[in-house]
Amino acid sequence: MAGSENMDELKRRSDVWQKEAKKHLPAKDKEKATTVSGEPVELLYTPLEIAHLDYLRDLGFPGEYPYTRGVYSNMYRGKLWTMRQFSGFGTPEDTNRRYKFLLTSGQTGLSVAFHLPTIYGRDSDHPLSRGEVGKCGVAVDSLADMEIIFDGIPLDKVSTSMTINAPASILLAMYIAVGEKQGVPSTELTGTIQNDLLKEYQAQKSWIFPPQPSMKIITDIMEYCADWVPKWNTISISGYHIREAGATAVQELAFTLANGFSYVQAGVDTGLEVDTFAPRLSFFFNSHLDFFEEIAKYRAARRIWAREMKERFRARNPRSWLMRFHTQTAGCTLTAQQPENNIVRTAFQALAAVLGGTQSLHTNSMDETYALPTEKAVKLALRTQQLIGYETGVACTIDPLGGSYYVEALTQRMEEKAYEYFREIESLGGVIAAIESGFFQREIAKSAYLYQKAVDERRRIIVGINEFTEEKPPAIETLRIDPSVEKHQIEFLRKMKKERNSKRVKETLRGLRETAQTGENLMPRILNCVRAYVTIGEMIDVLRGEFGEYREPPIFW
Amino acid sequence: MERKIRVLIAKPGLDGHDRGAKVVAAALRDAGMEVIYTGLHQTPEMIVEAAIQEDVDVIGVSILSGAHMTILPRILELLAKEGARDVMLIGGGIIPEDDAAKLEKKGVRKLFGPGTPTAEIARFIEENVLC
Amino acid sequence: MKHELVKSILNRDKLALSRAISTVENRLAGYGEMLDILYPHGGRAYRIGITGPPGAGKSTLVDQITSRILNLGKKVGIIAVDPTSPFSGGALLGDRVRMGGLAGREGVFIRSMATRGSLGGLAVATKDVSVLLDAFGMDYIMMETIGVGQIELDIADACDTTVVVLVPESGDSIQAMKAGLMEIADVIAVNKADRQGATQLSQELQFTFQLRKRQSDWCYPILLTEAVSGRGADELWQAICSHRDYLERSGDFEVHRRRQIKSRVKELLEARIRSHLEKELHLDDLLDGKADKVFKREMSPSQAADEIFKHIREYGA
Repeated sequence: MAGSENMDELKRRSDVWQKEAKKHLPAKDKEKATTVSGEPVELLYTPLEIAHLDYLRDLGFPGEYPYTRGVYSNMYRGKLWTMRQFSGFGTPEDTNRRYKFLLTSGQTGLSVAFHLPTIYGRDSDHPLSRGEVGKCGVAVDSLADMEIIFDGIPLDKVSTSMTINAPASILLAMYIAVGEKQGVPSTELTGTIQNDLLKEYQAQKSWIFPPQPSMKIITDIMEYCADWVPKWNTISISGYHIREAGATAVQELAFTLANGFSYVQAGVDTGLEVDTFAPRLSFFFNSHLDFFEEIAKYRAARRIWAREMKERFRARNPRSWLMRFHTQTAGCTLTAQQPENNIVRTAFQALAAVLGGTQSLHTNSMDETYALPTEKAVKLALRTQQLIGYETGVACTIDPLGGSYYVEALTQRMEEKAYEYFREIESLGGVIAAIESGFFQREIAKSAYLYQKAVDERRRIIVGINEFTEEKPPAIETLRIDPSVEKHQIEFLRKMKKERNSKRVKETLRGLRETAQTGENLMPRILNCVRAYVTIGEMIDVLRGEFGEYREPPIFW
Repeated sequence: MERKIRVLIAKPGLDGHDRGAKVVAAALRDAGMEVIYTGLHQTPEMIVEAAIQEDVDVIGVSILSGAHMTILPRILELLAKEGARDVMLIGGGIIPEDDAAKLEKKGVRKLFGPGTPTAEIARFIEENVLC
Repeated sequence: MKHELVKSILNRDKLALSRAISTVENRLAGYGEMLDILYPHGGRAYRIGITGPPGAGKSTLVDQITSRILNLGKKVGIIAVDPTSPFSGGALLGDRVRMGGLAGREGVFIRSMATRGSLGGLAVATKDVSVLLDAFGMDYIMMETIGVGQIELDIADACDTTVVVLVPESGDSIQAMKAGLMEIADVIAVNKADRQGATQLSQELQFTFQLRKRQSDWCYPILLTEAVSGRGADELWQAICSHRDYLERSGDFEVHRRRQIKSRVKELLEARIRSHLEKELHLDDLLDGKADKVFKREMSPSQAADEIFKHIREYGA
C-alpha cells in the first residue's frame, strides 16, 4: 500500500478530519453506528484501516489461494451463478408442475423442499404427521413419490439440491434410483444434499439420531459418493439456519466453518484421504440485512477455509481449498406488514450475495411470511436474480468491491472474530462437546433475544414494523395447500404398499438392520430398500431402533 | 402475595423453529410473568396436560409449519374436555389472515403475526387475563 | 369453593390439585384452612430432594428416577423450582422441558414453581404444595431446587432423602463442598461422568465423607451417572431405596420427621409472631421512635431493641 511517510501524513490529516467531522454527528450516533450484528462501524475508512493488507498474501487472484476474491478465475463471466429456487409443496404432482414452471421461467437448477414428516423420517400416515402433510414441502414417502416429482425432468440435464438432513442418505438413494430408471448412471448425477447434522443440533432442530451415529451416516455418504456419485456435493455445510435462528454474522461465519472442520476431521478419522472427499464439500450461507457485512462475511469465509484446508488439514488438491457456496436471502428479515417491501429487501440481499461471489442463489418471495410462494411471487423472485445478472453489470467483473477500505477492513475483522470463536470452541472440547453443553444454542438464543430487544426498543429500525407503519393493508393473494392433499397422499401410500413386493421389503430391511449393527457402509443397503419401495418411515424406524433418538438439552440463555 | 401470570409457551407438531417461542418466553419473563416452555414436538394432548398441571392463565402456541388449522382447534377441544375452558389460547407464527380470523371465531383469543412487538403480546395478556 | 376443591383432590382430580396448588402458592383466601383439612390425609408420600449447582443435570436425573418409579406402577409428584428474576419479578421455569421423557406418561404430575423472593432453594410455598401432593395420594414427591443459595436448610427440612448432584467442573464442586451441601447429602451423584475429572471428583468426595461414614451406619453412596444416556440411574434409584430402608430400619425416619415438624411449626410460629409484631403491635412505629435516638447516638441499637422488647412484654398481647 502507501509508503510510510505518506501513511504518517495520512494519519495526521485523518485525525484532524475525524475530530472535525465528529462534531457534526448527532448525539445518539455511537448507538446507531453498528452493523446489524452489532459490529462497530467507523464514519470513514481509509488506507489506514487496512494498512497491513498485502494483496498477494491476503487477497490473491480469483481461482487462486487464498481465494478471497472468488473461487474461480472466470466467475460470472464464465457462467452466471445458478438460479436455484428452493421449492416443494403438496403432492409430488403439484411439485412436478411447479418445477416445470420454474425451469421454463429460466431457473437453472432445482432445489427440493420436503414436508416435515419426511424431514423427521416419518410417513404421511403416521399419527405425528397429521395436519403436516404437504404443508411446508412436498410429501415423499417412497421412491414412487420421487419418480413423480422428477417425471419429465432429465436428471442428466439438471442439478438438484435436496434440503434434507437426517434422512439424506435415503433421499439421495431415491434420486439415484430415479436416475437409474431414466438410464442416467449415478456417476453422471450432479447436485447436493444438505446432510449437515451439526447445524441441526445447533439451530434447525430437525434431527433424528444422536450425534455419533449421525456423523457415521455422513461419512458413509462421503465414502460412497467418492466412488459412485463423484459429481455430487455430499454436504451443504450450512450457516443459513444458524443465522435464521438468531445468530449474528460473525456467529454464522464461525459456527459454520467450525462445523465444516468437524466434518473434514470426521472424514479423515474414518481413514479417508482428505482430497478424496473435500472437493465435494459445499456451503450454504444466509444473505441478511447489512449489505457490506454480508459481503465481507463471504470473503472471510473463503480465505479462512482455504487456509485451514491447506495448512491444518494438509489438503493438496487445490479443489479441496475451495469454499463454494449457495446463498439464500434471509427469511427472518421478511415482514408480514407491507409485504411488497420484501421484494426490495430480497433484491438488496441478492445483490450482496452476488457481490460476495456466490455460486448459487435462492431469492425469497414477498409472500413468504404468510405461506409458501404463489407462482407470481416466485417468478418475481427469480426475475430479481435475472435483473441483477443481466442488467446491472455487477457480474461483469470479479469481486468489484475488492480493495474497498471498508469491505477489506470488515473482512479482516470478521476473520479475527471468527478465530476467537474457533479458539473458544476448541477450549470446550470441540463442536460436539460444545453442542452437548449447549454453547451454540445459548449464543444463538442470546443474539436472538438481544436483536428483538433492539427492535422493540427502536434502537434498530425495521421499515413497516417500528417505523413507517401503516394501518392494515389490503390482503395479498397467498398459496393455499389443498386440505385433500393429506388424504390423497395417504391413499397413494396405502396403494403403493399393497402393490409392492412385501418379501423384498422384509429382506432389504433385514439387510439394513444387519449393516447398522456391523458398522459397514449403509448406502448400498439403503439403495436396495429404496428400489424395493420401502418407505422412509420403515427405514428410519429400523435405524432408530439401532441408533436411538436424540433428545436435546434445552437451552435458553 | 402478588399474583403472577403464568404462561405456557408451546411448540406443537413437527416444526423445530423455536427462535420466536424462546424470544417471546424471555420477553414475558421480562414483563414479570412466570413462563413455562414445553420444548419441541408436543402433541395437543401433551400441551393441555402441561397447561393443567401448571394451572396456567395462558397457552401461547408458535406454529410455522402450516398445521395450525388442525392443532389449534384440537387444543381448544381438549381444554374444554378437561374443564379448563378459562385458559386463554393465543398464538403466533405463519398463519394467513383468513385462517387467523376463522381460528379466532372458534375460540383462539388472538393470533399475533410476525413482527408483533413483544411488549404488545405482554400487554394483551395483562389486559385480558381474568384474575 | 375450597370444600369442593378438597373433595376433588381426595378424589384424585388433577385439575383440582392444580388449582389448589395455585391457591396455596398465591396465598388466596381459605388456603390455610384447605391445608389444615388436607394435612391428615397425607403421610404416605416419600419425599426426595434433588439439589446441586446449576447445569449439573438435576432435571435429567429426576426424569430418569421418575421413569423408574412409574415403571413400578407408583405415582410421583414433582416440584421443580427455578429462580424469580430480581429485576422483573418474572421467571423462566425451564425444568419441565428437561423432563421431556415424562410427557404424556400416566401417574406423574409436574409443577414448576418460581422462588418468588424466597432466599432458599425452594419457593416459600413448596412445603405446602408438598402437603397437597401427599394428600392427593402420591407415593413419591420429588423436589428439585435451584441449586444456589441456602438450599441446604430448605431441603433438609422438606425431604426424607436428599440427593446432591455434582459435575466434574472443579470450580462448582469445590463451591458446593464449601456451601454445606455435603452436610445434608444422603446420596451423591457425580453426573456427566463421561467428562474429565469425574473419577477424581468421586475420590475426593469419598475422602470428604469418611468422617461422616464413621459416625453413622449409613454408607453415603457416591455414584457416577450419565443422566442423558441413563447410565448409573438404576444404581441411583437403588441407593435412594436403600436409604429409605435404612431410615425405616434404624428408626431415624421418625426422628427426622419429628425434627422437621418441629422446625416447620417453629417457622410458622415465627412468621405469625413477625406478622403480629408488624401489624398488631405496629413495629414500624415503635422502630421509628427509637431509630431517631440511635441515629443521634443517644443509645445503641441493642439498647433500642431491649426497650422495645420490654414494651412489648408489658403491653403486647
